[in-house]
Amino acid sequence: MSSTEEDIYASSRETTEGTVFNVFGGDWDEVVEDALGNERIVMNLGPQHPSTHGVLRLVLELEGETVTQGRTVIGYLHTGIEKNVEYRNWTQGVTFVTRMDYLAPLFNEAAYCMSVEKLLGVEVPQRAQVGRVLLMEINRIGSHLVALATGGMELGALTGMTAGFREREEVLHLLEFLTGLRMNHAYIRPGGLAQDFPVDAVEKITDFVKLMKKRLPDYDKLLTGQPIWKNRLAGIGVLPVDACLALGMTGPILRSAGLPWDMRKVEPYLGYETYDFEVPTSTDADCYARYLLRLEEIHQSLRIIEQAVKRLEPGPVMVSDAKIAWPAQLTIGSDGMGNSLEHVRKIMGQSMESLIHHFKLVTEGFAVPAGQVYVPVESPRGELGYHVVSDGGTRPFRVHVRDPSFVNLQSMPAMSEGGMVADVIAAVASIDPVMGGCDR
Amino acid sequence: MTDKPTTPETGGEQSSADRPVGGLEPRGAEPAGGPLVTGRARSGMFHISGSGDTSGFGGLRLPAHVAAPSERPFGGWFDEVADELLAAINEKELPADTVQQITVDRGEITFYIRREQLLEVARIVRDDPALRFELCSSVSGVDYGADVPQRLHSVYHLTSMTYRRRIRLEVCVDVDDAHMPSVVSVYPTADWQEREAWDMFGIVYDGHPALTRILMPDDWDGHPQRKDYPLGGIPVEYKGAEIPPPDQRRSYS
Repeated sequence: MSSTEEDIYASSRETTEGTVFNVFGGDWDEVVEDALGNERIVMNLGPQHPSTHGVLRLVLELEGETVTQGRTVIGYLHTGIEKNVEYRNWTQGVTFVTRMDYLAPLFNEAAYCMSVEKLLGVEVPQRAQVGRVLLMEINRIGSHLVALATGGMELGALTGMTAGFREREEVLHLLEFLTGLRMNHAYIRPGGLAQDFPVDAVEKITDFVKLMKKRLPDYDKLLTGQPIWKNRLAGIGVLPVDACLALGMTGPILRSAGLPWDMRKVEPYLGYETYDFEVPTSTDADCYARYLLRLEEIHQSLRIIEQAVKRLEPGPVMVSDAKIAWPAQLTIGSDGMGNSLEHVRKIMGQSMESLIHHFKLVTEGFAVPAGQVYVPVESPRGELGYHVVSDGGTRPFRVHVRDPSFVNLQSMPAMSEGGMVADVIAAVASIDPVMGGCDR
Repeated sequence: MTDKPTTPETGGEQSSADRPVGGLEPRGAEPAGGPLVTGRARSGMFHISGSGDTSGFGGLRLPAHVAAPSERPFGGWFDEVADELLAAINEKELPADTVQQITVDRGEITFYIRREQLLEVARIVRDDPALRFELCSSVSGVDYGADVPQRLHSVYHLTSMTYRRRIRLEVCVDVDDAHMPSVVSVYPTADWQEREAWDMFGIVYDGHPALTRILMPDDWDGHPQRKDYPLGGIPVEYKGAEIPPPDQRRSYS
């Protein structure tokens, strides 16, 4: 197209960086032909593109179909959770952090509560510890299933998506049964759990494990050996172990490069050292290896769940310290979840001190001794760390979340520069970023 | 019989209406001297003085917390790491006060580092064979409050995968001179995390390859996670019109 003739689909303007084409539609070949004279297209992908895994924006510099430079733009889902938490009491903080990484809410809750408990110097009861392990592993399965499902969708394997979301629905049903909510549970609280599991929890969890064991081989049939899937992923998005360490990668990306670094093994918390499970690794360091690792981690999580269910002994799920433990006993009434009638009867009719205590603990909260801690846990995406500072008051002074999505997304250019545009999508899908956690 | 009323007269003896009872009439026009009520004068419905904020949304805060230095022995591997670090600092002929303070609290060790030597210290802890903190887990800013000297802290959480240890480096600067060296050349993963600390706290990391905002829009004013930055209260632009912050909008009461 000559410069005198204006193309309504691809108008261009001159800038100091060269000609910029604005493409609204039309024939891509024509645009490429126009641009071939410059041999350099800067393409914007996202933040509303269905293949960018959320509101992630990628700016790619292309030479033909080859990506010469890639940059990531984030912040489209920034909600200021870290700032908001500073204006609520320690218990209310759970409600905020559970909304960060919305595919792994229970990991956020557990890590936050563990950091508050470390500041307080309390240890949660055994049943609460086992319950946290159970919830986190169920959550890990759900998160990995979404990673497979959305990754499949982004690469065109739509059946992978429907299958992944079908199984994830089972996870959400189970979590709803156990905690009361499908997502954003706020079930793990500083000092233990908000309330005990329902009576037939063990039965439901066992049924879930059985179902997953029956359904998981489907993924091998559907994806693992499938030539198209393998060709799209094998040898794509390679990030060797030295690059992983320099860029601070953790989780499946680091393990796909050969380093068996899993916080549950190397720095065990909540008694993970007593569970029998394996940390799968690979040395291929590519997208296919990360896919296989996620699938294998689901199997390992099922192993942990089976062991944890057997350890679920009756007992308290909240610390006995009445200055920390939530004062109410929650029950389900005719109007939904609320304080139990016996508790209301006691504080309103019998004990003025209980009423005052309840009021103070619920409105003002408990004070946490001054200091700072850093608590890491192994989330589905890698090291999820909570740096929590207290000034001795009833509200957090500062909560900083080292979110694995945020750190891992830095590897996008290293994984995709020099490859094809289509491989960028595969690489981003294998990083599995969750923008809610990344932008917080 | 006919002259007797059939209904009781209002206020009469058989009426059910209220009648004044004797003994409650005021004794005089004025009280007999001295205030009738003791205590504070009431004003308004709930006689609130000051901001009336009991929720803490107005920024109810305790005095800033200062971490106390710890005495030796620190216990565990902390002494070993501290000895190695101090020896390596001596060997590199860095100033003796490079490590300003060592604090051990809740099983975690913190080294407070002078900002001028941060880059050298980061290189030492990464490369020294006895330290080997290969992974920079997290970089976070902390603001200790508006009236605190050296209020801005940059906190580095370092992990040694070889020895499975974690340490914390902390650098404190004044808000008027919030400069410190960037550790991106030592730990490339600190790139985005330093950008976040700049965005949220206004800490300037000198030598960072591209210190731009990362979470807030590029043209945003101020650094939102500072303690003197309000929660909310920022006017919002929507379709060309400016919507005032919630606390300044028209009230309908």
